[in-house]
Amino acid sequence: MPPIRPCFAFLAGLLVIAGCSVAPPGAEIHDPFEASNREAHRINKSLDSSLSAPGAERRPVPAEIAVPVANFADNAGLPSAVLNGLLQGDIGGAATNTFRFLVNSTVGLGGLLDPAGAIGLAEEETDFGETLHVWGVPEGAYLEVVGLGPTTERDLAGRVVDTALDPFGRIVPREVRNAALAARIGDTLIDRRQFGGTVDEVLYDSADSYAQTRLIYLQNRRFELGMAPPGANMEGDGAIDPFALDMEGFE
Amino acid sequence: MRPPMHRRRFLAGAAATGALLTVRPAWAITGPQAQGLVQQAVAEVNAIIASGASEAQMLPRFARLFDRYADTAYVAAFALGADARSASNAQRAAFTDAFGTYVSRKYGRRFREFIGSQIEVEGTRPEANYMVVQSTARLRGQSPWQVDWHVSDRTGRPLFFNLIIEGVNMLLAERTEVGAMLDRRGGNIDALIRDLRNV
Repeated sequence: MPPIRPCFAFLAGLLVIAGCSVAPPGAEIHDPFEASNREAHRINKSLDSSLSAPGAERRPVPAEIAVPVANFADNAGLPSAVLNGLLQGDIGGAATNTFRFLVNSTVGLGGLLDPAGAIGLAEEETDFGETLHVWGVPEGAYLEVVGLGPTTERDLAGRVVDTALDPFGRIVPREVRNAALAARIGDTLIDRRQFGGTVDEVLYDSADSYAQTRLIYLQNRRFELGMAPPGANMEGDGAIDPFALDMEGFE
Repeated sequence: MRPPMHRRRFLAGAAATGALLTVRPAWAITGPQAQGLVQQAVAEVNAIIASGASEAQMLPRFARLFDRYADTAYVAAFALGADARSASNAQRAAFTDAFGTYVSRKYGRRFREFIGSQIEVEGTRPEANYMVVQSTARLRGQSPWQVDWHVSDRTGRPLFFNLIIEGVNMLLAERTEVGAMLDRRGGNIDALIRDLRNV
């Protein structure tokens, strides 16, 4: 891979970060691009429905196929997680992921099996979006991108940088790199099938699937990053306090 | 003249403190009580999943499970949020009832995807005036999911009133959903109640 590409992508990523808008204080959801996001959501839904036959009864992919595909995709992502762990100063996480990668790439038959998990070396998932968070870059605006789905300004910049810097692609032959890409796509499709009902429900049964997707993405992402949960700062109607709500008539 | 005054003020203060202590039922729930509730609920969920019954047979069983372990009235009231202000008491009661049907069907359908997974209860921690029971769901081919059950004894007995799955808060998701459903029906609560029963 010529060295110019990652540099360019890194710069492009930094430009996006520089443009991260800051949410007004107290706002749980910062969505200044809602109109164009909703249009992207509509396109993503039609892409999904043409690929996945929503509403259909789906039998899950057999474990003999699903598990090795997930393991291989996961293993291929570890070098990138190690790099991000180091950039965040998370030496423990980087060490765990390094050992995991070494064990699963060898004893685990190139990553198809997960003996590291069996001895308690669970993956410390991370990415460049988290690195940016650790470096103090704000979340920025919520975005929905055609073909990528829900994200934020910060996470989109992270994805661009992760794709460009991916160390796995540099240490393995092209065939393995292609196999890893195929495994990632396969893993995504298998998950779509396993959790098909839940995804169908959010995308096709919700009264407002855009708002529901946005809420789920932001809450889950903030949880992964260890940020304060939504509702933590809410008062009045937003506060979750079983003793404070006016329950008259409801029971 | 001053000392008795002080004493009287002191006594009034002590009485007020005593009153505060007695009207603080929030702290009545204990970790073991909350954990016991969740363990029982989890055991029943696992049993229903393992029974191999059809979805049509599972749904009413999940509905009954919700009735017994969840504070459905609170979840309903929270989901309706500020829109409850314009609702009559009769509408509020009908909404709780319809919401209970809707929510048990909705989450009952989801449990099928968890066949072959295990939920393990790991511990409790107090938060504000309720208990959080932490559990881990181990799903095939997935990293473990953290599932937190928020348990309160608002009603006089321990019931869970919120679920947080990998950071996703059930109460906030349902408030968003109910708000959007109501908007679609031009704010007509009676239409919302009718449709919730048939979701």
